[in-house]
Amino acid sequence: MTPEATQQLLDFAYIAATVLFILAIKWLSSPVSARHGVLAGEIAAALAVGATLCNPELVAYKWIITTLIIGAAVGIPLGMVHMTAVPQRTALSHAFGALSAALIGIAEYYVGVPNVTRFGMAEIGLEVIIGSLTFTGSLIAAGKLQEILPQRPIVYRGQNFVSLSVLSAALLLAIALVINPANTVLFPIMVAVALVFGVLLVTPIGGADMPTVISLLNSYAGFSAALLGFVLNSKVLVVAGALDGSSGFILSVIMCKAMNRSFTNVMFGAFGQVQAGAAAAVEERTVRSASPEEAAGILAAASSVVVVPGYGMAVAQAQHKVRELYDALTKRGVDVKFGIHPVAGRMPGHMNVLLAEADIPYERLVEMDEINSDMPQTDVALIIGANDVTNPAARTDTSSPIYGMPILDVDKARTVMVIKRSMSPGFAGIDNPLYYMDRTLMLFGDAKNFVGSIVRELAGGHS
Amino acid sequence: MPADFLSNLYVFILAGFVGFELIKRVSPLLHTPLMSLTNALDAIVVVAAIIIAGRQETPLATVLGAIAVAASFSNMVGGFFITDRMLRMFKAGKPKQP
Repeated sequence: MTPEATQQLLDFAYIAATVLFILAIKWLSSPVSARHGVLAGEIAAALAVGATLCNPELVAYKWIITTLIIGAAVGIPLGMVHMTAVPQRTALSHAFGALSAALIGIAEYYVGVPNVTRFGMAEIGLEVIIGSLTFTGSLIAAGKLQEILPQRPIVYRGQNFVSLSVLSAALLLAIALVINPANTVLFPIMVAVALVFGVLLVTPIGGADMPTVISLLNSYAGFSAALLGFVLNSKVLVVAGALDGSSGFILSVIMCKAMNRSFTNVMFGAFGQVQAGAAAAVEERTVRSASPEEAAGILAAASSVVVVPGYGMAVAQAQHKVRELYDALTKRGVDVKFGIHPVAGRMPGHMNVLLAEADIPYERLVEMDEINSDMPQTDVALIIGANDVTNPAARTDTSSPIYGMPILDVDKARTVMVIKRSMSPGFAGIDNPLYYMDRTLMLFGDAKNFVGSIVRELAGGHS
Repeated sequence: MPADFLSNLYVFILAGFVGFELIKRVSPLLHTPLMSLTNALDAIVVVAAIIIAGRQETPLATVLGAIAVAASFSNMVGGFFITDRMLRMFKAGKPKQP
């Protein structure tokens, strides 16, 4: 075959892959067809990789085969992690994606220099900056989620000024390189500065804001791949990057709306610091607590129950016990649904995968707006490890830091039960008036053990 | 402005719109698998990495390309694998009557 014919064949393989990418996302829209989407993506990837391996420009396969094997050896265990560890795995995969985009950009620069055009330099510079900052930023996010690094926001005076100066420095270096692309001394400095900026960007952000941060890093990783497509003039990369980038962007917008906050506020607001003073001012108020027996009695007498899970359920690994509770109540004819807040957990959709892992049918997992209209007719709202997303102060108290955030209206249910370790305020340090309502029963204890005790009581008290 | 840039920009903008319209329709139920699937699709940068690593133009480029192959291919394999695992967990239905 002539080289031109081979090249055309490769191009057709890439076009087919591009079409399959779009179908993959289209089919993901519903749980019924979603697995076809994965298959489409897999075929696309196999086509594109297979075609690339036939590229006549390749002169040696030793490195390629070795690193493909290493990649698979790393990727498969990372694909087998527990559902509770999915947020950190996702952050890590953003880091890997951004790393490879950045490295390819760097390699392109050094191969091309001194023949890199100014325009090409602008593309490479932007691509490498975004890729590098996403790499280190995602590593920090993964570290926080894995709790290797502290989850609380790490802040100091003048932080935003320092961070923005570092970003400006990276951009100025990129501009200097555009003016003189052959300046090979500036290039590694620009990369280093961008790497530092990634660290500075994510360190001040607290664990509760991780759903937004992960989505935003997702978006950056996608856009860096799209920019790489511009650098290499590869349409398949442009399309894949644009799809990934817009997906991350839409998810970040959804997460921000679900917290009633802006991007700037999430990125530069260091949530969780401001309220320390306000929490201390609260006077002693009484709460009512209940035992597993009492809780079981109330649940068994109910005809409808809404369970509201939060990050605490994931931490306690309570989802399987929650399934047992669901089974026990369903068997008694109680209608059990789950109210899912968009930012519950540590990444978009986190609670859904945890509950799906525990075999709870997905029609039982109901979005916030839909479940809120059922709340006034609900006998019991059972809150497991969620706090701020149930705080009625978000609706009523204009001085509350979470005022305006859409919440699950659990306070409208006839009885509210909250499983919680102690009365200590949640992550953001905001007091929750829900706990002091007459209709609220506090169930103090570990989520997994407490739900287990309720299940035993429902089964007849024999343990 | 190079002609390639303009044609890439066309593709980028159109793909961005397509992405926006499709992703808007993905149920919040599936937002976690959405992120892992798009991540796996994004790992298509492996094709660029393979070319850089296989052309062997300079030792530096080869090494950088090789690391990029490993990093992106691990995303590709792991991303599809975990997405499918998650989606298999989403079951409809009829809670079983013991």
